[in-house]
Amino acid sequence: MNWTLALPELALALSGLAILGIGVLPKRNTHFASAIAAVGALLLAAALTLGTPEGTAFGGQFVSDGFARFSKVLVLLGAAAGIVLAIDFNAKEGLDRFEYPVLLVFATLGMMVMVSANDLMSLYIGLELLSLSLYVVAAFNRDDERSAEAGLKYFVLGALASGLLLYGSSLVYGFTGTTNFDRIADALTDPSKASSGLIVGLVFVMVGLAFKVSAVPFHMWTPDVYEGAPTPVTAFFAAAPKVAAIALFARVLAGPFGDLSGQWQQVIVLISLLSMVLGGFAAIGQQNIKRLMAYSSIGHVGYALVGLAAASEAGLRGLLVYMAIYLLMNLGAFAVLVAMRRQGRAVERVDDLAGLARTDLGMAVWMAIFMFSMAGIPPLAGFFGKMFVFKAAVDAGLWTLAIVGILSSVVSAFYYLRIVKVMFFDETAGALDPRPATVSFVMAGSGLFTALFFLWPAPLVAAAQAAVAALLG
Amino acid sequence: MNAAGFPLLSLLTFLPLAGAVFILTLRGDEKVLAANARWAALWTSLVVFALSLILWFRFDKADHGFQFVERLDWLTDFGITYHMGVDGISVLFILLSTLLTPICILASWDSVQTRVREYMVAFLVLETMMVGMFAALDFIVFYVFFEGVLIPMFLIIGIWGGKRRVYASFKFFLYTLLGSVLMLLAILLLWYRAGTTDIPELMRHAIPPGLQTWIFLAFFASFAVKVPMWPFHTWLPDAHVEAPTAGSVILAGVLLKMGAYGFLRFSLPMLPHASADFAPFIYVLSIVAIVYTSLVALAQEDMKKLIAYSSVAHMGIVTLGIFTFSVQGLSGALFTMLSHGVVSGALFLCVGVLYDRVHSREIARYGGVAKIMPAYGLVFMLFTMASVALPGLAGFPGELLVIVAAWKVNAWVAFGAALGMILGAAYALYLYKRVAFGRITKDDLRGLLDMSPREHAVFAPLVLLAVWMGVYPQSFLSFFEASVTALVVRHEAALSAARLAGM
Repeated sequence: MNWTLALPELALALSGLAILGIGVLPKRNTHFASAIAAVGALLLAAALTLGTPEGTAFGGQFVSDGFARFSKVLVLLGAAAGIVLAIDFNAKEGLDRFEYPVLLVFATLGMMVMVSANDLMSLYIGLELLSLSLYVVAAFNRDDERSAEAGLKYFVLGALASGLLLYGSSLVYGFTGTTNFDRIADALTDPSKASSGLIVGLVFVMVGLAFKVSAVPFHMWTPDVYEGAPTPVTAFFAAAPKVAAIALFARVLAGPFGDLSGQWQQVIVLISLLSMVLGGFAAIGQQNIKRLMAYSSIGHVGYALVGLAAASEAGLRGLLVYMAIYLLMNLGAFAVLVAMRRQGRAVERVDDLAGLARTDLGMAVWMAIFMFSMAGIPPLAGFFGKMFVFKAAVDAGLWTLAIVGILSSVVSAFYYLRIVKVMFFDETAGALDPRPATVSFVMAGSGLFTALFFLWPAPLVAAAQAAVAALLG
Repeated sequence: MNAAGFPLLSLLTFLPLAGAVFILTLRGDEKVLAANARWAALWTSLVVFALSLILWFRFDKADHGFQFVERLDWLTDFGITYHMGVDGISVLFILLSTLLTPICILASWDSVQTRVREYMVAFLVLETMMVGMFAALDFIVFYVFFEGVLIPMFLIIGIWGGKRRVYASFKFFLYTLLGSVLMLLAILLLWYRAGTTDIPELMRHAIPPGLQTWIFLAFFASFAVKVPMWPFHTWLPDAHVEAPTAGSVILAGVLLKMGAYGFLRFSLPMLPHASADFAPFIYVLSIVAIVYTSLVALAQEDMKKLIAYSSVAHMGIVTLGIFTFSVQGLSGALFTMLSHGVVSGALFLCVGVLYDRVHSREIARYGGVAKIMPAYGLVFMLFTMASVALPGLAGFPGELLVIVAAWKVNAWVAFGAALGMILGAAYALYLYKRVAFGRITKDDLRGLLDMSPREHAVFAPLVLLAVWMGVYPQSFLSFFEASVTALVVRHEAALSAARLAGM
């Protein structure tokens, strides 16, 4: 039993349990201490991940490869930033309970199991561990109606998606006789022999996953949950779980169902197309900035899926590069949202940013960098993400997808520009409260990455390339 | 190693950015900060200009290849390198950019009083993007700079612009972005086919004529908006009118050249067949641009709008010259681009001088200004005449060459271009008459002060250039002779090779 392959997961699980155990004992508030401990545990897991050897373990349920490593490091980074962003916010909102970091640690554990899954069973276990933790943190501000609503809504729809995923898995199991990814792949080497029952199962699995990544038409929950959940929770939702779910999506489709790409490619093309267009148009009318970011994230998932739709090595590479850049610029943008407080109260309308350039130029400049980057304007990082996925689409001859996608990126540029306009062109709506150091740290870190990525893009691209090579074996 | 012995082009590109970062680190109270930011920006841009003069002296005019070449690893595994270099086509545009930037900073010395630090940062970032774009020898690197221009320009129009600045800045940004993303797809296709985005490599890469048509259209979407060609020009008058004076100068002086430069650098050498096929279409659009926008300019009430429309007409001459595929036409187009950069930039500065004093751009608001401000009247007249293409001033040699080249293609095309010159004289002189001559009917104008020493310093280099370009154009034409000849020879060779293959 080669359990050392799962050393990062084991370490994280034990740390999570330890923080939980220690957290309940003292009488005083241990929120800050447990948050620091959780960040430490995540960073420890990240360090361990980098040193993990390759191979499969637990009877072929669990795989450790370059692809898993790449995704896990991103996920851990996103989760750590999610906890850091919440420290100050939770204290000010009276949400400073030690369970919050613990829940995020378990959610992260679920994500790590997900991206390392080599079997439909371990996939489901990881996904559910993630989802259950997320349902709770969405409703973490339990006295707030909107937060409770967000949690409930997310739970009901999430459970439905899990059901679809399970049903799809059972069909796949029924028609191939196995749940192991390697053996499913062996059973499907000849795509012409794939039975229609299997295809239906595959489509159900894809629907379940599309729900988790909030791709159109399974995106309905996203705006409500993003708006209702406390802002740091939204920041977390938009970052780490999205990366993990997209990575899982890529692993399932490119791994066991790789030879069926002719079947799933059409589905991905369609949801990618719809996500990009809806993400572009629906965000235009939003006044609540968290809702706006929800639609923006739907659009970004669409762009990332362009890479998957290409069903090629270049496409998957583009997908990973896109998600890495998306993760960092999104964390930065949400750091700004977390810092949006006026006279002690969190504000979340777009207009609350009015005239930010006069009251806090630093934050306005970072936010402008994130917005231009999300719009895909060079030389910022977001441009390179788009460039790689669209390159893959062009290589694969997916012209409709490429043209519609790139045009909808122009549409979405409009609302990103609108935020810049509000911050820089409009008269000030009064200064925001001074931002806490933790938030500034996340903001500056991701801002520097977003702004300076163009200087040295090769390492990230090379790492993504290695990850994809491991996935396609 | 390149002729300068050190990475000159990278230095020219990134020194302004370093200056911008330095200015962002400045601290102090509002007044001190503004003064420091102004001086830091001015010195940075002057040092960059001084360095760029090395290009003027060390550029080998006999060599049609790329010079001052630099190459660094970037995304080398994917065929993208950081590749910089200049040839006869691009070298003078770098000098134009580095010359206009300090002039713009000096011109905004007093007129910009709010958020001075951010203003200077935006201008220096803009200079980085402009120089980098003309120096880039890799298509992706080019695109990064080409699009990067949008960010500072959007902020300059939107923050320091006039009443409808938000509308104008959004229109400018989205219009140009829409064109450019289509070009990006074409770049990606070229990248896929050739395995590299290196521009010299791509020029050697033959593309089947059928595909050329599509790529040409995608490039056209981007460049025609940037030029701007009729009917894609509607963003320009709005952007010009709302932009602050210095923004208009850069917009007219350099940014409009990016589209025409794109045609010269990419469409002609890489897509010879499609360029030849589309030439009649371009002629028609150019002639319409020249005649129609000249007529529109005649009817304008706003000085900046009038000059903006005249820019569209002048750029029509440029596109016409480019698509004659002759040495004369291309040289004339390049010369017109340079002279228009100097002259229209100067005209916007002239408007700025009046606007700073009276805060109105309305033509009817003025009259008899030449009597009150004689030095200003002289400068304004000089540039008006240069814009009209009076022989002996900057506008003439370029337009003459283009009309001669157009005559060889088709007499009617030449006639259209010449008609544009006549109309150009009409609107420019009419503008000058209404502003500078006549009786002084507005009494508050009597108190206007003539140009200050700072304004003299702003105009001096431009006056010098306008006369120099008109009297001795050869010192500029000699820069692009070799490159243009090589380009035309290559173009004809590609076409005749296809004709032979077709037989």
